[in-house]
Amino acid sequence: MKANLIKMRTQNNGEFVEVKLLMQHPMETGRRKNEAGSLVDAHFIQLVTVTLNGNLVLEGQWGIGVAKDPYLSFALKNVNAGDLIEVTWHDNMGKSAQHRARVD
Amino acid sequence: MQRREFLLGMLIATVLIPLKALAAIWNKAAFESAQLDEASRQLAIDGEIPSDDIVIKAPMRAENGAVVQVEITSHIPNTEAVAIFVEKNPTPLIANYMFSHAVLPHIVTRIKMAETSDIKVVVKSGQRYFVQSARVEVLEGGCG
Repeated sequence: MKANLIKMRTQNNGEFVEVKLLMQHPMETGRRKNEAGSLVDAHFIQLVTVTLNGNLVLEGQWGIGVAKDPYLSFALKNVNAGDLIEVTWHDNMGKSAQHRARVD
Repeated sequence: MQRREFLLGMLIATVLIPLKALAAIWNKAAFESAQLDEASRQLAIDGEIPSDDIVIKAPMRAENGAVVQVEITSHIPNTEAVAIFVEKNPTPLIANYMFSHAVLPHIVTRIKMAETSDIKVVVKSGQRYFVQSARVEVLEGGCG
């Protein structure tokens, strides 16, 4: 698990907290050819989960159509300063990354 | 789109998932389907109701189909899940997001588009499914 593969920014707007995620991942479709002309294996994130204080609040299942270095933003309700947000992704090659941060 | 899958996610969210377990969660049949109708069927989407309570913000023209930013807001009460399809992509199902009540049904995500196509968004609320579409003209395809 490498934490630097996920960047997270939270912005507390009072009524809700906006969470912006940037994940570092090639998101290869399996349809692209390299310079030698052979197909590059599909390599993509299949599952993204977000927990708030340990409770699952968002689950994203992805296919190959999500753009490279995926960006995702969403908004959480009823969040207080100090609450813990944890983001994890898992890809089709068994790799994963996790990032956790507390709300300002 | 089934609640059971969401709950399974809850159990394993904080631990490393072996590939086998991940394969059980990820809806392979839906994501690998080359037909939008079949992908919808695999998500158990049924009797779609057109709704202006789903707002899709996407560019009318995208220079590069490799990165198209899409903003989706659902004003439908009790939005549980949002599925995003690109009708003319080789595999139309792009993503399926499942929410708890802690999340406002508003997401921004970036997708690939192979060619000019409708983006179709299906919102699940209880046992009902609502649908809205937005057309994006793609100048250079981005699914290579």
